[in-house]
Amino acid sequence: MTRRPYESPDSWHDALLAAVASGARFAGLYSTADGPGARLIALLDAGERFDTVEVPITPDPTGRMSYPSLSPQLPPAFWYERALHDLSGLTPVGHPRLDPLLLPLTPGSARPEPGGNNHHARIAADTDTQGPVDVTGHGLFTLTFGPVRSGVFESIEFLLETPGEDIPHLNIRPHFKHRGVAKRFEGRRPDDGVLVAERVEGIASVAHALAFSHAVEAAAGIVPPPRAQYLRVVLAELERIANHLDVAMRLCDAAGLAVATSRFGWHKETTMRIMSHLTGSRFGRTAVVPGGVRLGLTVPDEALLGELKTLHKRVSDDARRTMGTPSFLDRLRGTGPLDADYAARWALVGPIGRASGHRVDDRWDHSYDGYGHLSLPGSPATDEDGDARARLRVRWSEIDLAFKLINAATAAFTMQSDPRLILEEPWQAASGLSIGVAEAPQGEVLYAVSFQDGQIARCFARSPALHNLVAFHDAFRTDIFTDFPFIEASFGLSYAGVAM
Amino acid sequence: MPWVPHGISNGKLTTGWPKKPDDYFDDFPAAIEVAAPWNLTDDARAAAWQCPTSAIQVTAVGISLDRGRCILCRRCTLIAPGTFTVSHGSDTSRIGRDALIVGDVKEEHEALTMLRDSIAERVRHLGRSVHIRHVDAGSDGSDEWEVQALLNPVYDIHRLGIFITPSPRHADILLVTGIGTEGMREPLVRTRDGMPDPVVVIAVGADAASGGLIGGGYTGGVGIEPVLDVDVWVPGAPATPFSILHGILLALGRVPAGPREEHR
Repeated sequence: MTRRPYESPDSWHDALLAAVASGARFAGLYSTADGPGARLIALLDAGERFDTVEVPITPDPTGRMSYPSLSPQLPPAFWYERALHDLSGLTPVGHPRLDPLLLPLTPGSARPEPGGNNHHARIAADTDTQGPVDVTGHGLFTLTFGPVRSGVFESIEFLLETPGEDIPHLNIRPHFKHRGVAKRFEGRRPDDGVLVAERVEGIASVAHALAFSHAVEAAAGIVPPPRAQYLRVVLAELERIANHLDVAMRLCDAAGLAVATSRFGWHKETTMRIMSHLTGSRFGRTAVVPGGVRLGLTVPDEALLGELKTLHKRVSDDARRTMGTPSFLDRLRGTGPLDADYAARWALVGPIGRASGHRVDDRWDHSYDGYGHLSLPGSPATDEDGDARARLRVRWSEIDLAFKLINAATAAFTMQSDPRLILEEPWQAASGLSIGVAEAPQGEVLYAVSFQDGQIARCFARSPALHNLVAFHDAFRTDIFTDFPFIEASFGLSYAGVAM
Repeated sequence: MPWVPHGISNGKLTTGWPKKPDDYFDDFPAAIEVAAPWNLTDDARAAAWQCPTSAIQVTAVGISLDRGRCILCRRCTLIAPGTFTVSHGSDTSRIGRDALIVGDVKEEHEALTMLRDSIAERVRHLGRSVHIRHVDAGSDGSDEWEVQALLNPVYDIHRLGIFITPSPRHADILLVTGIGTEGMREPLVRTRDGMPDPVVVIAVGADAASGGLIGGGYTGGVGIEPVLDVDVWVPGAPATPFSILHGILLALGRVPAGPREEHR
């Protein structure tokens, strides 16, 4: 990691845009309280490593903090700037739409100010106002989905502005389930912080625990023992299989393919049971800890490997049948398209990005744990079509690879002569900023963690959902109401990770 | 592709529980037990001090653990293995919030009996057609997976006459997950108000019971009890499908209440 500090917001703004123009990938933006002012930190993937581009923001005589907005030139900053406006109170001047995203406040309320010492500030939220209306015209109306959804889903509100069938525009309001996660990290030790990380996006607990642990390990200058590294691969890939099967199940459910829905639900249950046999938790929680993995864990035994083999065969067979069912494919082909230009401009991550030809996968780009020692294919699975079918195709490839990686990592684990699973303390995370990444089923999880005296002073948990969901606005160009569940399922994102 | 014959090609996948025992139900490490509530060792005190959700209380005479706060991180079982043990079995849901506290506790018979009778009265006419409305009041996303798993062929709650309904108007049971954020307070109350009485409310997971590890910050979120009167509590982080099903059947009086008679 290289930290690039700037003196003035203008030079920071220009340097950041120049870096992105010359090929760096924009990966996130956040603010942290810094004395009476704040510090703006942008995260860039510079190929070999991650860079931070930083600038201090000082309040003007009226107490207002502002900087020139990035969003007009750098689209993916759009939600980040709204989020940091909500939480830290910075105003990006020239932002196209500075509506609340995570936390609508009553006028005059204090702000949470992550990184600051205002743990007892009274935050007065105003969460019950009506959403915006952008498109007006003859016969146009707004259809509200949520926040309480029909069915068992996470709470979020979609405002569909429509003449009846087409969806010319929609707004997304995730703030209802804002939990204030950022502040819940602060002041904790790394071994407590990893438990919070697991709850940022509960369905990708392993990936979040990994990214957080990588940040801690980088700050402490330690490398987990080899067995821990391979076991981490096993758990991360099991999580990937379960998540991708969940997407397949929801797509089949949307198409009314009852047998396929049941079968993928069954396969997902089998996967989660294997995870619980390995870790005691169906989501692999408390298995990954900074320094390695929890004591007492091990890789799948012969019986579980046999179950995995059967599961692999069944999943492949059902995937083949599903992709040969015309009534199903008709609903996915051309649905929710995002073209390659768009994916690159919005720096989309995960299967959504890769299905549109934007090749970002941290298992290849910033290899970690056992992945570097296992034989990965030359590049991650990608697709050119950019529609719901392409996203599903990418996921099938990843499931196939995941099963192979679990076998390879299990074999590599048992070959190791070093029996340690964890590097016991005394090690301490050095004070300062540290970055950790992991590839969740939904895409890149990126943690920027500041430590102070071994404790967490500020933790920016950049979920793939926060980065990617903004593209949902633009996925309805040619689609209508009945395509909505397909597009939503094909995104496969957790709204807990957006609202935080 | 002929899906229908393929659908029956693997035979019956569905659990026999609650009629027949199920190994996964019995073996799942779903809770922490206080094995020695009167053994006030230094290790036990250290475990209480280091519990990330302050679920363990150590008084002058005994040790208790609140499963409504416990997030199953197992730290206490590593620090004080003689005092805290992992307990197996998914029958963890309870009627009444205090019943989630295990170890050195006093039984409150009278209030609990009244609550039990009240729930029994409310579910008396439901029979084998029970409809559930679920609301996410600020979860981490995992709880929804586990509730939805009840519909997969392994649990298949339809066989028990239990259905998940999108409309509060059809619902008999309100199943709530999540810490109870400020933003979900109004939608939750409106959903409850949209349901015809009588209603049984089930809080699912440590998040809904107490806010768990994430709750208690500036968005409030110390569980859903400040918003709704809860009847049945399902601990877990997240609660497993079997534990949730146990909670639903407990509300319906279709499984026995109270702590288990025998320990495995």
